[in-house]
Amino acid sequence: MPSLRTNGFVRFENVQKTYDGRSLVVKALNLSIGRGEFLTLLGPSGSGKTTTLMMLAGFESATSGEIFLDDELINNIPPHKRGLGMVFQNYALFPHMTVADNIAFPLRVRAIGKAETTERVRQALDMVRMSNFEGRKPAQLSGGQQQRIALARALVFEPKLLLMDEPLGALDKQLREHMQFEIKHLHERLGITIVYVTHDQSEALTMSDRIAVFNDGRIQQLAAPSDLYEKPDNSFVAQFIGENNRLRGVTRALNNGRAEVEMRGGVIVPALAVKAAVGEPTQISIRPERVSLEPQNSEINLEGTVAEVIYLGDHIRIRMQVFDDENFIVKLSNGSARRDFAVGESLRVGWSVEDGRALDV
Amino acid sequence: MTAVELGTEGLERRLARAERRGKLRAFLLVAPLLAFVLLSFAMPILTLVRQAAYNTLVSANLPETTALIADWKVDAPVPEPLCEALVREMHAAKEVDPAIPSRIATFVNRERAGSLSRVKQVANADIKAPYCAGLAALHDDWAQPDIWRALKIVAPSFSPRFFLQALDFRLQADGSIRSQDSNEALHLMLFRRTLLVAAGVTLACALLGFPVAYLLAHVSLRVSNMLLIIVLLPFWTSLLVRTTAWIALLQQNGVVNDTLVALHIIGEKGRLEMMYNMFATLVVMTHVLLPFMILPLFSVMKGINPNFTRAALSLGATPSTAFWKVYFPQTIPGLGAGCLLVFILAVGYYITPALVGGQSGQLISNIIAFHMQKTLNWPLAAAIGTILLAGVLLLYWLYSRLVGIDKMKLG
Repeated sequence: MPSLRTNGFVRFENVQKTYDGRSLVVKALNLSIGRGEFLTLLGPSGSGKTTTLMMLAGFESATSGEIFLDDELINNIPPHKRGLGMVFQNYALFPHMTVADNIAFPLRVRAIGKAETTERVRQALDMVRMSNFEGRKPAQLSGGQQQRIALARALVFEPKLLLMDEPLGALDKQLREHMQFEIKHLHERLGITIVYVTHDQSEALTMSDRIAVFNDGRIQQLAAPSDLYEKPDNSFVAQFIGENNRLRGVTRALNNGRAEVEMRGGVIVPALAVKAAVGEPTQISIRPERVSLEPQNSEINLEGTVAEVIYLGDHIRIRMQVFDDENFIVKLSNGSARRDFAVGESLRVGWSVEDGRALDV
Repeated sequence: MTAVELGTEGLERRLARAERRGKLRAFLLVAPLLAFVLLSFAMPILTLVRQAAYNTLVSANLPETTALIADWKVDAPVPEPLCEALVREMHAAKEVDPAIPSRIATFVNRERAGSLSRVKQVANADIKAPYCAGLAALHDDWAQPDIWRALKIVAPSFSPRFFLQALDFRLQADGSIRSQDSNEALHLMLFRRTLLVAAGVTLACALLGFPVAYLLAHVSLRVSNMLLIIVLLPFWTSLLVRTTAWIALLQQNGVVNDTLVALHIIGEKGRLEMMYNMFATLVVMTHVLLPFMILPLFSVMKGINPNFTRAALSLGATPSTAFWKVYFPQTIPGLGAGCLLVFILAVGYYITPALVGGQSGQLISNIIAFHMQKTLNWPLAAAIGTILLAGVLLLYWLYSRLVGIDKMKLG
């Protein structure tokens, strides 16, 4: 594939991984990462995302397939010769060394001179705004501070690529959001290529240029955050990223990219045909905020019953029964047109045809 | 005082009362153990230490003699009142308990060989004034200063002489100290040998135990549990059985020698002497003490996140640098604890060297047993034991200064 060869800074070509020789943890992985890109591997645990990262780092070997870094085949290069920076879950700062010694470690093993080491450690500490902490031991730092030091240590030797394995998993919510922005800004400033692993979809959406959604050892979809949310390719991605309503039916006809889906009771609901075939069961996926109540000029106008109303300040969630889906959620922003809803009340729901995506079941 | 402050004070008092009840309950729960430890451990040790330096056998039974002989200059002639007191008090002591004169005689005899019957005779003989001449008539030894000097040495209640003997020095009657004759100087050599053996065993345990502990910490739980059982197996086998097994292996007609002969590596005449010597002591002690090294190491290694080594590799360290700079320093608390444990146990080890050590493999604990059982010189045994205890405590203190006792992990 010559096209991949030219634009991929990191390339996985038909990579497979098995631990036990029976089941594949990573199945036929093809992935190309551009220089300077922030790519997130997102997925539930056991989906193969961490294994993929470990193969790139060199801690796991690919069972078959090839991995290229900067057009160099790296399958057989040991981890310490790959020159990749890595930030670990729980930081892995060396507990018996001071902050400064931790950051100087990659420079010392490269036999860089004393003066230059001192200077680069100082710069790295400046970069993460931790200049006064060089004499401390890791145990004397908070989680967020340890994370910054781990970042400084992984960047101080100017690696070609930075790998991050759930680096914010151990932090509380507020600090995590703060660090997300800090890492994002650092990426923008340094222009380094980052491969980031997380199971937290909001983290992935916030930070990434592109996201590879993993499930069952395969990339389900590789796309920019907005595309992933608004144009999911299959029901797993639709379900995994954000909130999602599902209406099950059977595709009766396909024309001009539209699927005519027959719901229970014979009602035909049109939807955007993404992954639907005539005669096959399908599910229409609709984001809760795209549903309107009592629609006026909508092609889709269906009957629903209010099951629960939850007041959330800035918006109101209404759980409804639509066809046989009892968990059909409607999100209403708390604007001026607010009115009260009663449980058991009958309401009309509608959405534009393009917002309903007919996906696999 | 305002009402609020009064209220706080009441609160403090109530809190104190509530806490006192809790503390009392905690104390009562540990009281049986405390009593047991005091009775079976602390008291015997204190008695032992006391016995090494303090003995009232002579000073209590011969009080006047003790007082007078303390004033006697070792080069001066023996004054008549001293002779009189000795004769009178020896007879009086015999009246109280017929065994006392011979026990005193044993004491004196340890300082000057050949004094046993001379001293016992005094209690039995009918000696009239002038007493010094009478004693001299009993035996010519009493006309010489040597036996009096020996008596002067053993008379005081407090005496450092056993500690000095334990270190191969002898206390003289004039208070000076000289080193033991070379043919009797045994203890220092044994102390030195014991420390060397303990150090050797500790080193061997560390070298053999480290890879085993590493393996245990890095295989799957199922395998590590099975391996751990193998490590612990020696604990569940009688020491005697294990030692006998080693005898079967190492003796002249043992498995090892037979195998080497059968393989023509050594000739029938060249069978190796591996039993009843220092080699056997080292091998068997290492085997017995190995679990004490492996267990603390294993527990520390299990707690080391594998990401540390990975992080070091990702930062560009070679596997060996990653091991020595990142992994190994984190095992120090376990290694320290294991070394301390093995060394302390090895320093006081008795049964193994006694069984397999032969002559060259005897350690300081064997000489303590020898003094307890054969020469019945309990104060000397106590003095050696006390020095050993002090050495171990010193080591413990050093460890806590260098590594920190709070960092020690025993498993």
